[in-house]
Amino acid sequence: MFCSTMSRTHADFLTLVLPGWLLPVAALVVAEITMRATGIQSDGLALPSQIATAWLELVADGEIFIRSAETLAPIAIGVLIGGMLGLLIGVWLGLSAFAARLAWLSIELFRPIPPVAVIPLTMLIYGIGVRMEAAIVGFACFWPMLLLTRDAVADVDVRLFEVARILGLSRSSRIVKIALPAAAPRIFTALRLTLGIALIVAVTTEIAANPFGLGYALISAGLSLRPDVMYAFLAWLAFLGWLLNVGLTALHRRLFGAASEGTSP
Amino acid sequence: MSNWLIRLGSVLVALSIFALWQVVTQAGLVQPIFLPSPLATIANLWRGLTHGDLLALTLTTMERMFYGWMLASLGGIVLGAIIGLSRRARYWLTPTLELLRPLPATTLLPIGIALFGLQPRMLLGVIAFGAIWPVLLPTIHGFSAIEPRLHEVARNLGVSRLAFAFKFGLPNALPDVVAGMRLSLTACLIITVVGEMVTAQEGLGTTIMMAARSFRSTDLYAGIILLGLVGIANSGLLALIERVATPWRAAQT
Repeated sequence: MFCSTMSRTHADFLTLVLPGWLLPVAALVVAEITMRATGIQSDGLALPSQIATAWLELVADGEIFIRSAETLAPIAIGVLIGGMLGLLIGVWLGLSAFAARLAWLSIELFRPIPPVAVIPLTMLIYGIGVRMEAAIVGFACFWPMLLLTRDAVADVDVRLFEVARILGLSRSSRIVKIALPAAAPRIFTALRLTLGIALIVAVTTEIAANPFGLGYALISAGLSLRPDVMYAFLAWLAFLGWLLNVGLTALHRRLFGAASEGTSP
Repeated sequence: MSNWLIRLGSVLVALSIFALWQVVTQAGLVQPIFLPSPLATIANLWRGLTHGDLLALTLTTMERMFYGWMLASLGGIVLGAIIGLSRRARYWLTPTLELLRPLPATTLLPIGIALFGLQPRMLLGVIAFGAIWPVLLPTIHGFSAIEPRLHEVARNLGVSRLAFAFKFGLPNALPDVVAGMRLSLTACLIITVVGEMVTAQEGLGTTIMMAARSFRSTDLYAGIILLGLVGIANSGLLALIERVATPWRAAQT
């Protein structure tokens, strides 16, 4: 604290020379050395070098890509169906304050149901597989998409609609030409958040119930005492999550410019 | 149209959804094994609460969720304050935090099981750790975004570091912290339910899983309704905390 005017200490010198990402790298090196030196044996730990080897093997035999595809397919289907429904209803409720207030209680009653509570229900209906997982992802994506789209559309400048009315635009072209483009940056932000939620929910479903994809690979590796494989999948999952967020943020900036980025809730 | 009339309409819309549900099940359009009638579900829910163990199970789940939430909030605020107030800690830890953040919280479950086995305390640790992010990151931001002049004022007044954290940092970070705690509680409920399903520890999560596996669909729906009620209670509680802790902010919205 108060270090802006403090004299340059040794530690400050280090921050000038060394980048911050060195810390996790150093932690891995230290873990490798201490675990080798002490010869620790645990079912839950693995040497970083063993994890790297396990990861390379998973890449070499293609398993990691198969598992990823198994997770990404239900995400795609679920986001497409659930997100699309949420978007449509969200636009409708955003345009009509009357409809939004009528739907208020129903939304407040159904939205707090945690998506994971639906896991047993979809299992009962669909058994295990892609449909079951897509249904849960869809349910989880529906609500944030609906609410964020509703707010985005409701906040569109009223004067734009006045202009549209003066120009004599029909209701459908008012939606397509005015409401949607004006709300697009915030709807895209909603999509970014929704995709993040979808990844979490999909992996969670696989850990809890559905024997497919990265989540199941993670827990089955852990339960079959292969911590190296487990951590390799974990690192890959972190990478996918990071890639998703960075990719969508970059796309957002590209589509709408840097100025619109601060609108995320 | 007047306000209470729209409120009434909103209640009617919700009621008509339940009426539709009743009609659909009564007409036999859906098999009752997939969708039992709402009346049967509510009757079952009531029986489970008054004569069965549903109430105890709900309380078990809520207790676990609250302990996890307390730990996550406390840990998030303390760690966030330390990291937020120290430029050096921020410099070194931010990349690591960014690396860990995108991991779904539930992926901690397999790791917790592999490291510590199927213990109740392991599950509590996973809940707390998984739900720490929504508190930690806003807290760091709240503590680091203090007006620089306040730093100078504090130094001139000879305020100690700890007093600075409490008197300047905490009030500045509070709105972000409370908003983070809201998200954290939602995460806690989710991780608790999944954790119970995976580790088969007593609670609503295990109960609805068993109900689904043995095709007791009224029990399953009763459990889902209870979890929804817990969710509603949570958001009500957080709205209350928000109003008490940050009244200036609640007045705006």
